[in-house]
Amino acid sequence: MASRNTIVAHVEDRPGVLARVASLFRRRGFNIESLTVGHCEEPGLSRMTIVVDGDDHQVDQVCRQLFKLIDVVSVQDITYTPLVDRELALIKVSASNFNRREVLDVVEVFRADVVDVHAEALIIQVLGDEGKVDAAVKMFEQFGILEMVRTGRVAMRRGTETTKPPAISDSQQAAAAIRAMLGRRPEGVLPFASD
Amino acid sequence: MRLTGARILMECLRAEGVEVFFGYPGGVVLPLYNTLGEYPDIKHVLVRHEQAAAHAADGYARVAGRTGVCLATSGPGATNLVTGITTAYMDSVPMVVLTGNVARDLIGRDGFQEADITGITLPITKHNYLLMRASEIAPAVKEAFHIASTGRKGPVLVDIPKDVFIEEAEWDGYPQGVSLRGYPIMDVPREEEVTKAAETINGAKKPIIIAGHGVVQSEAQEELVKFAEVSDTPVLTTLLGISGMPEDHELSYGFLGMHGHFYANMAADRADVVIGIGMRFDDRAMGRFSDFNPTAKIVHIDIDPAEIGKNFVTHAPVNGDVKETLSRLLPEIEPNRHPEWRAEIDQIMAQHPTDYVEEGTALSGPWLIQALAEATQGDSTIVTGVGQHQMWAAQYYPYTKQRQWVTSGGLGTMGYEVPAAMGAQFAQNEPIWSICGDGGFQMTSQELQTVADHNLPVRFAIFNNGFLGMVRQWQELFYEHNYHSVDLGQPDFVKLAEAYGVRGVRATNRAEAMQVFRDLEGYDGPVVIDFQLEREENVWPMVPAGAALSETIESAEDL
Repeated sequence: MASRNTIVAHVEDRPGVLARVASLFRRRGFNIESLTVGHCEEPGLSRMTIVVDGDDHQVDQVCRQLFKLIDVVSVQDITYTPLVDRELALIKVSASNFNRREVLDVVEVFRADVVDVHAEALIIQVLGDEGKVDAAVKMFEQFGILEMVRTGRVAMRRGTETTKPPAISDSQQAAAAIRAMLGRRPEGVLPFASD
Repeated sequence: MRLTGARILMECLRAEGVEVFFGYPGGVVLPLYNTLGEYPDIKHVLVRHEQAAAHAADGYARVAGRTGVCLATSGPGATNLVTGITTAYMDSVPMVVLTGNVARDLIGRDGFQEADITGITLPITKHNYLLMRASEIAPAVKEAFHIASTGRKGPVLVDIPKDVFIEEAEWDGYPQGVSLRGYPIMDVPREEEVTKAAETINGAKKPIIIAGHGVVQSEAQEELVKFAEVSDTPVLTTLLGISGMPEDHELSYGFLGMHGHFYANMAADRADVVIGIGMRFDDRAMGRFSDFNPTAKIVHIDIDPAEIGKNFVTHAPVNGDVKETLSRLLPEIEPNRHPEWRAEIDQIMAQHPTDYVEEGTALSGPWLIQALAEATQGDSTIVTGVGQHQMWAAQYYPYTKQRQWVTSGGLGTMGYEVPAAMGAQFAQNEPIWSICGDGGFQMTSQELQTVADHNLPVRFAIFNNGFLGMVRQWQELFYEHNYHSVDLGQPDFVKLAEAYGVRGVRATNRAEAMQVFRDLEGYDGPVVIDFQLEREENVWPMVPAGAALSETIESAEDL
């Protein structure tokens, strides 16, 4: 079934690593919906949240091909795990004395923030999951959106589970940990078994 | 001790035990060439085109079982390597590619002979480096050799700006190890995967093994034979898996695919368990994916987890090194016998033998390979280009020793045969037979000069039918005989050889060919042989493009 999948990858913070990831997606014909990258809890590593369009098989290939990049330290598909995902949008909405109140009503409903005010426009910051941001955008469209920017999804697993790469120096253990991460299916079931 | 970047690089190559590398100088690598004289133990082979340097390193790597090394200057030197790097990448050949680049302050400013070779080679290398300090050279070269030669092998490129060759850095010996967190070695398979594979194999009634390049790369012939014998499983190879299984073994049933043996294709199509070992279920091997033996359970052993499940749903995946995995699998395999299944394949083989040699005096491809096999006792290392001659060489030469067969399978690189054979000859003393197409030979024949320089005993056997034969075959069969751009003009190959100071001979019929084989016995220099073949011979059997293995045809009438 084709759907949007959330992949988290930790990569070495080195020049060119984003190009390597982007090149891989282009070369294999995978569609990136969004890719966000930034620092994480461990110095020297960056954390990518990648949203990919594709069926389970394609997404599994994405993960496996990504992992083959030397600079990619870990890859995990967290689509089917409980997670928190957020996106931030800055929306510049046309708003004057005639309709500013109406715009602010919508801001309030979405628990959004006004971060800039001008006689003819407001910049509104919306934070939430993709569905909430979509809904807010739709509502603001009636007033006229002058400009918009969305960050793309960032995501984190709920509870104590993490996507952090194993901090293991022993190659055997590292291989085991990586293999466990690569399988999409629940523990105990081998990846890619047909039955 | 402080050394220049150039010396550090050479110290690294020495520490890696590099005996030979193939290169071509140019402006930005001059500081490196300036130091080569101080390292006489590392032989530098001056090629005549950088593409040949890459193919030579590739051919050397495949025959020696070691990492091949090549070197080029920046810009056009580096871009000329690209075909050779891609060839190695597609066939997972361990190679370290060294390039010079413009000085650091010119990078990104379109300096003279600047090319973004790390950008260009992103999708065709296993990994690459652009080094901005001399102190980075030793750790990067150590990593490059490690990455190239472990896991699923492949080419790694190291790009070094001119002034980094000149810059000095502290040298306190070659690094002992590497620290690559994103690159764990996955040689050892998971126990549960091995067990599931063993159960599947033990329960098979009609098992078949398809052995790929991974068997050769991990030198697992002994383990493969033992595994096949205990489980009584017939063995097919892929094109690149040839020589992984000794073909004189009773369980060897040839290779499968577009021009594979008829019985091999049928066996793969009728098996109930298909055991892929160190191979990647490529389209040329498997035919139309959707119609490849839909009821078979697939067991897939491969070092690269991304290959497992890529093209087919896999019943029992095993991620691990072939040799390591087979030795762990063996104790779990129950001795078995499959007389009915063997008889079924034997019967197909009896009815459809790979025997397309016709009586007569004219030179035909199949006849010539068989005659060569006889003349060389099936003992030679065979390097080929791409096309009809390649398929005949795959079909008719009886390979028994690992690394005896060298061909560009994945990329299908014409012109590979000349420089790859040249490079391979540096790995062994016995003469190498380079089976050339008359088209491919014309692509890289400039390397005859390099061959002459080093008096290499390579036998370049041009299968000369004056056509771009395989393309002509397709035009005949699938484009209504509409020949276009396949009738190749050519030089006098004998005179061309002689112009390079290489012995040139010609054979126009079978008797002359036999005479040539006799004449060459004991000759230890290079030879070009112009074998003039029948012009319009076709390669059979054939799986037409887009057809299934079960639709293999044996003549044009079957179309």
